[in-house]
Amino acid sequence: MMEITQRGSHGDVLTLKDVHVQFHNRLVLQHIEFAIQPGEFVGLIGPNGAGKTTLLKVILGLLTPNRGSVTVDGLPVKHGNPLVGYVPQKIHLEPDTPLRARDLVALGLDGHRWGIPLPSRSRREKVDEVLRAVDALDFADAPVGRLSGGEQQRLLIAQALLTQPKLLLLDEPLSNLDIRSAHEVVRLVSSIAQNQGIAVLLVAHDMNPLLGVMDKIVYLAAGNAAIGTVDEVVQNEVLSRLYGYDVEVIRVRGRILVVGGNNEVSTDLLQPTQHLDSMGGATD
Amino acid sequence: MKKLLHVLFAPGFFTNASVGHAVLVGAVVAIISGVVGVFVVIRGQSYLGHALGDFGATGASATFLFGLATLWGFLGAGVISGAGSDVLGHGHRRRGRDVTTGVIHALVMGIGALLLYFDTTMTNVTGAPETILFGSIFVFDPSLVPVVVVLGVLTLLFLLILYRPLLLSSLDADLAKARGIPVRWVSFFFMCCMAMAVAQSSLVIGALLSTALLIGPAATAVRLTKRTSLAMVWSATIGIAATWLGILLAYDSYDWPPVGRGWPVSFFVTSLILLFYLVSRFRLRHPLTVARETQTESRRKEAIRHEYSVERHS
Ligand SMILES: Nc1ncnc2c1ncn2[C@@H]1O[C@H](COP(=O)(O)OP(=O)(O)O)[C@@H](O)[C@H]1O
Ligand SMILES: [Mg+2]
Repeated sequence: MMEITQRGSHGDVLTLKDVHVQFHNRLVLQHIEFAIQPGEFVGLIGPNGAGKTTLLKVILGLLTPNRGSVTVDGLPVKHGNPLVGYVPQKIHLEPDTPLRARDLVALGLDGHRWGIPLPSRSRREKVDEVLRAVDALDFADAPVGRLSGGEQQRLLIAQALLTQPKLLLLDEPLSNLDIRSAHEVVRLVSSIAQNQGIAVLLVAHDMNPLLGVMDKIVYLAAGNAAIGTVDEVVQNEVLSRLYGYDVEVIRVRGRILVVGGNNEVSTDLLQPTQHLDSMGGATD
Repeated sequence: MKKLLHVLFAPGFFTNASVGHAVLVGAVVAIISGVVGVFVVIRGQSYLGHALGDFGATGASATFLFGLATLWGFLGAGVISGAGSDVLGHGHRRRGRDVTTGVIHALVMGIGALLLYFDTTMTNVTGAPETILFGSIFVFDPSLVPVVVVLGVLTLLFLLILYRPLLLSSLDADLAKARGIPVRWVSFFFMCCMAMAVAQSSLVIGALLSTALLIGPAATAVRLTKRTSLAMVWSATIGIAATWLGILLAYDSYDWPPVGRGWPVSFFVTSLILLFYLVSRFRLRHPLTVARETQTESRRKEAIRHEYSVERHS
């Protein structure tokens, strides 16, 4: 965090300074300070309830922090900012929802406008272009409610790309996905960041699927955040300071597990079905 | 041939003024209910739609006491209590929203029961409960026909203006908010459209059955198409078909036993809506759709198999 404040906000896509958020009398985020540069892939990692969604809402301008400032591309946040693309966690759709994949994506372009959409060639081309970018042309005309979680996730990403954002925010895009779809989504988002220079802030409670692609990690725990490379941040001392109690970082077979003190396992970073064995090993 | 026509369209059907009004009002009401209904189905607000009908019934019972046209009672009470449910239910998830609506529903229905009691004991208007609960399209006040048409057109225009923000808000409220859409207001204004649609269909088939015209055609339409705009067209078309056929059958039923009374329109309209819905459920699906679904299903299964094998090997 300190190195970031020295670097200053010039050229940053996103800058947070001393952000505090309080719900009733509970401090949910305190002194959050970091910046993201163009084209950077940043993972926002933390256990459930750490305040990740809250932080996204602050960046989207949906929630005003009690203290501190947030700027996107040098300007204060506002909602409806076309420079920020947002991918919500999951949309809940009935299978018979009368909406094609391409209609959902097109709402990313002009969903905020009043009136019915008028079909035009440029509109169609723009939609086709992002559909191609997320490899969704195959199911562009299928009803969205019948698509798999991974396919819906790709559409939501396409929808967010339509306003040509400089910053893409994704809230837990990988939960609800099977391993293969999760890898596909990570690969897709990472290539978008690299090829289009769009900065990505991707929220996840498990950092493992992102290990190869993250440029930086923002680790959020107990309302505190640390930013840096994975090697800098995911350390016993750094995380223990964030959590406020001793935690241990265990690296096994290229995976990272964070284990709490007192034989307590912070399962947030473990997907229970996948790591039951390693959990058992860690608590013993 | 002539005889068959005679059986289908009982004498006087095309010349009777009440029938003419019924056909016009019925079409307006079917279009509004059908179009609004598609969003009610997408948003999962069927219960509020139903409750709005009952709210309106209470208002209509009040207008009987004061000798006003029931239209105003239906509309006023629908919009006011609908707005109340919208405000009180705000911030709740679907279940909480339904609970709030339920509490208001019970209260308003209780008041309605009292008002209906006054209607039947204190005024000399006969048939108030029947008119309010089951509709009165054949005795529709001709001076209100233009009012219904104008209100219908306004509701439709209003809904078309709301179209995109409403669609986006219905899919994901946070996504809509992030795009700068005033989700609270959009939801409130849609509730007003809903109250309008329900009030108008209460006139035709009554408060109790207005839900049928709101939900039935829309629920059928979403099974027929994968496009929102086409669903709205289908829904309105099905609604018009059911209403017009219902009016025709009700007119013909004057000759059915017990002769000279005529069966209620609402019975025919709701039966026809149900019939359409059942046909759409058992309709043979387009072979391409089936092929695609099977394909998606097998891909999903393969993904799951893949996941398991990865787990076992890691
Ligand atoms: N609108 C709210 N009012 C009160 N508390 C809230 C609100 N939103 C979130 N919280 C609380 O703030 C904390 C952080 O929530 P959230 O940002 O959703 O966590 P995460 O996304 O990391 O799981 C949680 O303890 C949650 O209960
Ligand atoms: Mg969250």
